[in-house]
Order: sequence, then C-alpha cells, then structure tokens
Amino acid sequence: MTWDWQVFLSDDGSGRTYLQWMMDAWSWTLAVAGCSWVVAVSLGGIMGTLRTLPNSPWLVRLANFWVELFRNIPLLVQIFLWYFVVPKVIPVFQQVPGFVLVVFALGFFTSARIAEQVRAGVQALPKGQRYAGMALGFTTAQTYRYVILPMAFRIILPPLTSESMNLLKNSSVAFAVSIAELTMFAMQAQEETSRGIEVYLAVTILYAISAFAVNRVFGFIETKVRIPGFIVAGGTGGGH
Amino acid sequence: MLGLDLTFFNWDVLSKFVLGGLRFSVQLTVVATLGGILLGTVLALMRLSGNKVLALPATIYVNGMRSIPLVMVILWFFLLVPSWVYGYLPGGMNNRAEYSAYITFIAFEAAYFSEIMRAGIQSIPRGQVFAGQALGMTYAQNMRLVVLPQAFRNMLPVLLTQTIILFQDTSLVYAIGAYDMLKGFTTAGKIYGRPEEAYLLAAVVYFVICYGLSWSVKRLQAKIAIVR
Repeated sequence: MTWDWQVFLSDDGSGRTYLQWMMDAWSWTLAVAGCSWVVAVSLGGIMGTLRTLPNSPWLVRLANFWVELFRNIPLLVQIFLWYFVVPKVIPVFQQVPGFVLVVFALGFFTSARIAEQVRAGVQALPKGQRYAGMALGFTTAQTYRYVILPMAFRIILPPLTSESMNLLKNSSVAFAVSIAELTMFAMQAQEETSRGIEVYLAVTILYAISAFAVNRVFGFIETKVRIPGFIVAGGTGGGH
Repeated sequence: MLGLDLTFFNWDVLSKFVLGGLRFSVQLTVVATLGGILLGTVLALMRLSGNKVLALPATIYVNGMRSIPLVMVILWFFLLVPSWVYGYLPGGMNNRAEYSAYITFIAFEAAYFSEIMRAGIQSIPRGQVFAGQALGMTYAQNMRLVVLPQAFRNMLPVLLTQTIILFQDTSLVYAIGAYDMLKGFTTAGKIYGRPEEAYLLAAVVYFVICYGLSWSVKRLQAKIAIVR
C-alpha cells in the first residue's frame, strides 16, 4: 500500500481541510480533558479528604459511597447516564450543553479514582503530623489546610500524574455522544476518506504528544514543589 | 417514578437481549485476562532479561500501548486485522467485530498486565534467585519454579482488580458495534422505546457485578495477608 498524506489538505466538504478539522478536534479533546480535570481534582480532593476525617463517620460513609458508585460503572455507561438519563429525570439539565454533561461524566468518574489516591496519600502520613497540628491548637480544618493536605498533595503527585494521563485518554470515550473530539474525527474522517491508516496514525500521535505533555507538566510541578530532605514514598525505594 | 418506566423489563427481555451480550462480555474478559497475563508475563520477562534486543521492543510495545486510548486501539485493530484472518474462525465475517475485540483486548491488556507482572517479579528478593541458582536451576527453571509463582501470588489482588477494570472496559467495543452486555441493553431499550431506562438498568447491572467482584478481591486480599 502507499501513503497518501495529502488527504489532510483536501476539503472535508464544509470549506475547511481535514488538517484544520483535526486541529479543531484536538482542541476539543484538550478542552474536555482540561475541564474534566478541574472537576475531578476538586471533587476528588474533597471526597478523598472526607474519607480520612477522624470523627465524622457519616461523612466518611458518604464519601466511600461516592467512590464505590463512580468506580464500579463503566465510563461509557456513565456518559450515557449523564447525556440521556439525567436530562430526562431532571428537566433543568435539558438546557445544559452536551459538552458540559460529558465534562461532568468524565470529571465525576475520575474524581472517584483521585479520591482514592488522596485518601491513600493522607493515610500514608505519619500520625504524628496530625497530632502536631492538634498540639498547636489547630482546628481539624486548619490541620488539614496547613499540615496534612500540603504533604499529602506531594505524596500523590506521581499517581495523580498517571491518572491525569488516563483522564486525557478517557476523553476519547466522548465520541459516543458525538462530541467533536479526536476519536470522533478519526472515525468520521476514516469513513469519508478511506485513508484510515493515515488518519488513525495522526490522531494516535496527537494523543501520545498530549499524554507526554501532561507527563512533563507534572514532572515540572513535582520538582518545583519538592521539599528538600522529604523523600516521597516510593521515590527512592531501597531494593533488597 | 421520575418520569421513568422500568416495567418493560422482564425475564423475556433479559434472556432475549441481554444474556447473550453478557456472555460475550464475560468471555471477552476471561480470554483477555488469561491471554493478557500470558503475553504480559512474556513481555515483563523480556524487559527484565537484561538483553537489549529483547528489552527494547518490549518496552516500546508496553509504553506505546499505554499511551494510546483504548478506543483508538480498538479502532486500529478493527481496521488493520486483514479479513482472511476471520475466514479461519467460526462465523467468520459475521462476527468480525467480536473477534477483533478478542485480539484487541489481549494485545492491549498485555501491556498493563506486563507492568503488574514486572512489579511482581521485581518484588521477589534477589536471594530467592540466588537460592535457585545455588540449587543448579537453569534460568527457565528458576523463573517457572521459584520466581513466577511467588510474583503471581503477590500480585493476585492487583491482577484481579485489573480484571474488573477490564470488564468495565469491554463496554467500549461499542465503537465497533460488537454485541456485548451494554449493546444488549441499548438494543432492548430501542425496541421497547425506553432507551433511558435501559441505560439505567445497564448501569445497575454493571455496578452490582463490579462492586461484588471488588468486594471479593478485598476479602481475598485480607485472606492472603493473614497467610503471609
């Protein structure tokens, strides 16, 4: 077979080239992933923190339920639930654009995973840190704000990095409700041009570049916020 | 209730539309888990072999697979696997999407299972390998009799958790139209004019299955922890 990369310069029937369409699709992918990331990290941070509260069993239960609920239903099904079922049950959501619904779906789904990491990060801290906060007369909120969460955040940066890359890859599932992102572009352009290999290859490379960029950004943050002398769990493991 | 009507869903609908799809989802999960662990273990051994000719391709394969969305991998295999391959399989081209899904999930999950197995193998103290060598075992014997059984056992909870994720991911065969459990529900929903209810029921069934499985894995983990 022969390559035909000129396909990207041909018109897609609406006055723009396939290349332009692909770049638009890429920005949709980044927009979906970026907005979902904000939702996921905020909710995941809150839920993960709630799960570690010392004297609030009901809040812990609520947060545990949250995590189990959003972790045990496939992402595709959750996207369908947000896109089709929620607007039917709660009429207000009929005004909400599809993009936002997908962002909710992806954000809530990922928040459960991040909550799990936050919980693990908080519990990985020595108990003495909490006691130190109490000894200084901090309230629970202050202890979390000034002592526990800043350290836990640093501990979970490596798993948070891979979860953010997962989020980016998972944004591809948005094709199922016709969000004009990269996977949707790949499927439609493949059908229209029959140059599937070229189209898929370009899209795959864009996903790989995006994932790598996420990885580098987090690597940068990790070095920026590193506390000298504090060795992150698993950072420098001592073999056998 | 809430403008939803779940009454259309009864045993007939379940057995007619959903059970066949559920069977495919489970089969795909089992085959991809077994195939993925097998291929993944080979990939892990290649990466840990210390031989660059073996390690490099395995590393590229694993990292490459892990940086692409599963949906794209599904589309790739559906596009690339030549049609004569399906000719050798029962049902042939009629089951093209289903067969393509088997191949895709084995190839894709192998990359993830290989990372788990690699961590498992690396968690075995070097003294175990030395002990095997002291007994005069070859590399293959050492791996088969000493290292891999322990690595596998240490990693069992993680492998099972990955299997649960894999089961959820099988729903993505939606992209190529294979008939899995989700498709069973959506088909029933379309025919009875109740698509929203069908999605809701699908979510409930997935939740019950996955929650039950992850609960069992937690139990198993506690059990293994006591033994060790």
